[in-house]
Amino acid sequence: MIYKLTYKPFGERSILIEWPSVIDENILSDIVIFKEKIKSNHVKNIVELRFAYNSLLIVYNDTVVLIEDAVNELDKLYHRKKSITGFTSKQWKIPVCYDDTFAIDLVEIASKKGMSKESIIKLHSKTVYTVYFIGFLPGFMYLGGLNEKLYTPRKSTPRLRILKGAVAIGGEQTGIYPSDSPGGWNIIGNSPLEFFNPKKELPCFVNAGDKIVFKPVSLKEYNDIKMLVEAGVYQLESETIDG
Amino acid sequence: MVKVLKTGLFSTIQDLGRHGYQDYGVPYSGVMDMYSASVANVLLGNDEYAAVLEITMTGPTLEFGCDTSICVSGANISPKINDTLIKLNKPISVKNGDIISFGNLVWGFRAYLAVLGGFKTENVMNSYSMYQGVTKQSMLFKNDTLLIDVPLKDFARKHATIKIRETHFTTEYIEVFRGPEFEKLSKGQQDSLFEQGFTISKENNRMAYQLEEPLMNDLEPIITSSVLPGTVQLTPSGKLIILMRDCQTTGGYPRVLQLKETSINILSQKFTGNPIRFMSSTNSE
Repeated sequence: MIYKLTYKPFGERSILIEWPSVIDENILSDIVIFKEKIKSNHVKNIVELRFAYNSLLIVYNDTVVLIEDAVNELDKLYHRKKSITGFTSKQWKIPVCYDDTFAIDLVEIASKKGMSKESIIKLHSKTVYTVYFIGFLPGFMYLGGLNEKLYTPRKSTPRLRILKGAVAIGGEQTGIYPSDSPGGWNIIGNSPLEFFNPKKELPCFVNAGDKIVFKPVSLKEYNDIKMLVEAGVYQLESETIDG
Repeated sequence: MVKVLKTGLFSTIQDLGRHGYQDYGVPYSGVMDMYSASVANVLLGNDEYAAVLEITMTGPTLEFGCDTSICVSGANISPKINDTLIKLNKPISVKNGDIISFGNLVWGFRAYLAVLGGFKTENVMNSYSMYQGVTKQSMLFKNDTLLIDVPLKDFARKHATIKIRETHFTTEYIEVFRGPEFEKLSKGQQDSLFEQGFTISKENNRMAYQLEEPLMNDLEPIITSSVLPGTVQLTPSGKLIILMRDCQTTGGYPRVLQLKETSINILSQKFTGNPIRFMSSTNSE
């Protein structure tokens, strides 16, 4: 599918390309394919390409003087017959402990929704989530696919410190805090995995376009996994999916 | 080696930042005022990527453990060697055991201390810039030792001088382009961005500068999208936030303006209570 794109200059060295403002997996894959096209065609002077839900940011090395020429070049590329048909992605099984030790807001959410803790955990862990992009904090994944029944408004007063690994719900989104940070989302569990490691060649093991599912684990399993992760020997389950 | 005897308000090691990792959510970081930092490096004959010490408002006290040369640029925080005032924007020799300290803030807000060859602290993702969660250390602490090269020969251009743009520290004008959501503002809102003056609030740091005066706002939040240092966001309550070098990579507030890159440097020398005015810039120079 070909979308009607909008091209806007963003400062003197960037162009922002926008897709229709909806959160949609087809848009995500169109953005990823366009990004790969730009990369593989070695468009001159581009130093950075990054995207969010419905936008692709292109940063140039130098001031873009002839913005129209740059836009024409990009748009021609967008409409060129696809050489890349899809992209390969992975589905990751992310262990999450929903035990009361971590799930400090689970009881409150359950009582507000008139649901049991178990049914919330079940709804949260049966969905296959799509990783749209990484932003906000190093290693923070923007996930799509949260079940509507689990939508929960953010806390009116953010907490000053949320634990690294916290699995949380904020509005219509769910996510994992990759490091200790302040935050206003509702905490329902914790994952023992490392989602950002600046010392690794690939600082995040998950890529935009990948899928993830949450696999509930007991507190004991959590501690065992955490130990293996810290020793650098934990084998995370994943499978390859063809897009 | 340089030993930190006192830290000052907030000092960090910075270079031109961490590039190519933004799709992992890693901020650019880097010196707030690239103009002043590059003046210090150029005068010493350093590479423009050499890491410098960024000093905010009040300076640290440092003891040098070898003979080398330094250059201090940017804000004037009355730099001294062994209690004698030294000139800004001039390469200066230091001897093993010399003490560098700072005094009153005379102009600007951020000073840059460059050493011959640059600081050699922890390098993560191709940058020395300190940032919490990326580098082990996010600021200088008392008793820290900062690694530097011991120069075999003093290459500093002792007689090098440079004419500093005076307006860099005095102008109230911040040049901007229209941001991606500028067109969504009403004519009245657009006009008041340029006609009204603004004041820097006490919420100002390496991540962002908030402005005191609100702008009447009825825009909806946007679907989370990319932001850059220099992006001016408009919050639901009408607060204007200018993102700076340590800003997040994405945001959900409408991006109404985008600072010209040289204006980010100018803003970096301003602090709480300083007035600014937005001025429209064009791409053609």
